[in-house]
Amino acid sequence: MTKALQINNLQKTYKNGFTALKGVSLDVEEGDFYALLGPNGAGKSTIIGIISSLVNKTAGKVSIFGKDTDDDFALARTHLGLVPQEFNFNIFEPLGEILINQAGYYGIPRDKAVTRADELLHKLGLWEKRFDMGRQLSGGMKRRLMIARALMHKPHLLILDEPTAGVDIEIRHTMWEFLKEINAQGTTIILTTHYLEEAESLCRNIGIIDHGQLIENTSMRELLSRLQQETFVLDLGDTLTELPKVSGCQLTLLDDRTLEVVLPKERAVNDLFSYLTENGIKVLSMRNKTNRLEQLFMDMLGNKDAGGQS
Amino acid sequence: MTNAEKITAFRTIVVKEFLRFMRIWVQTILPPVITTALYFIIFGNLIGAQIGDMEGFRYMDYIVPGLIMMAVITNSYGNVVSSFYGSKFQRNVEEMLVSPMPNYIILCGYVSGGVARGIIVGIAVTVVSMFFSDLQFYNVWVILSVFILTAILFSLAGFINAVYANSFDDISIVPTFILTPLTYLGGIFYSISLLPEFWQKASLANPILYMVNAFRYGFLGITDINLAVSYVIIFVFIFVLYFYSLRLLNKGQGIRT
Repeated sequence: MTKALQINNLQKTYKNGFTALKGVSLDVEEGDFYALLGPNGAGKSTIIGIISSLVNKTAGKVSIFGKDTDDDFALARTHLGLVPQEFNFNIFEPLGEILINQAGYYGIPRDKAVTRADELLHKLGLWEKRFDMGRQLSGGMKRRLMIARALMHKPHLLILDEPTAGVDIEIRHTMWEFLKEINAQGTTIILTTHYLEEAESLCRNIGIIDHGQLIENTSMRELLSRLQQETFVLDLGDTLTELPKVSGCQLTLLDDRTLEVVLPKERAVNDLFSYLTENGIKVLSMRNKTNRLEQLFMDMLGNKDAGGQS
Repeated sequence: MTNAEKITAFRTIVVKEFLRFMRIWVQTILPPVITTALYFIIFGNLIGAQIGDMEGFRYMDYIVPGLIMMAVITNSYGNVVSSFYGSKFQRNVEEMLVSPMPNYIILCGYVSGGVARGIIVGIAVTVVSMFFSDLQFYNVWVILSVFILTAILFSLAGFINAVYANSFDDISIVPTFILTPLTYLGGIFYSISLLPEFWQKASLANPILYMVNAFRYGFLGITDINLAVSYVIIFVFIFVLYFYSLRLLNKGQGIRT
């Protein structure tokens, strides 16, 4: 299968001497929905900056759909659509013009650009605002405008750097659906986000970067299978005064109607419920205490830091 | 990119730039027209009447080419420096940097925007000057060529200023402390033959002198400087500034980290 993105030994040292990337190598397959995660300052935005040629690399190679970003920059950039973290459109231009101009930079004639802009404005719920200036939009609309702008030239690889930051839940879910749809249509997507449930629900593969190094690069399924235990919070129907004992599970009473259960990987949830039912304990609802990916992510970063200190 | 796509990209920047300064015409087109009209009233009518003739022409008629040139210089420079720095400041320059557009198209697009504003303001000021002076057109081709070449030259200079600028102060320092003094000392209001010999020679180091005199030749048929020398100086400056601007863009100076 064609590689949508190939990064080989990417290094970046800024003028102030800070080394943001220490030799990152990474491949993303065509059609993938890939999560690039890491704490703040890990190097995610630097990687994206280098891919999109906004940051000059110190060493390494990047190619997009086989086109080197140095030697064949025009073709490589034609394949790429970028939604950056910061708002970077002209706030004094109307939305329609922002989109049409963006298409123009890719050599798309105005009549075709107008049609494409209309289509994207409709799809992303911005049609009513098409004559408004960029500065008149809400935060969520600005994010959607940047997605529309990145899609004007129909890129094969779309990179989104924290696209849902500061966006309310409803709009976030609408954006998720839209991203799933364009991924299903064949667009390869790379996503960075701090909302780990977003990465878990959308992405098939995942890379974790920390201190300028790729510390994990695998499938979401494989990564989640490494979770040794899960913590659930159960809301009970009746008051519970005495803590029940379930072998192999660690139970804590958070209050008289809320029970926290740490369930090892080898134990089935059915076992827990069988025991609770037998003992007449009624469960009204159940939820994960933390997102599974979040738990793994914290464990991985924590272990790495601990390892580094030893 | 194919040539047709490059032309589309170039046209996109030019149209965007044109719409930008026309949207705010009260700030971009009107002020130079009013300022120049004031120059005509004060220096031409009131003070000029006391001065008498200059090089065989009414003082009012003598200063018209220089005043038009001054408007072209400040507006072509101002358009590019404010627009490109604004794009850097808002980071929407990244829209162009991530695209497949070659850097020379970006540069030519911005320069053409500056030239467009310089031409529009220049024409407006020329029309206004017709109300105050007996405007002559000694050589239209010289007028047009110097008009456009000067606008190109100062658009390029404005671009370089914008690339290096890190704040809005930086885009006003050069026009205030370098461009305006050079323009005023560039022979707009006087012939350098009136200066002592030392200052006549010192004036020759001022590139604006060559443009003003070539432009004045186009209108009145007189010049302090040989016309061919003026053209050579203008072309050399354009050549140097163009390749320097392109080098800055290729390096990503001020726009890529």
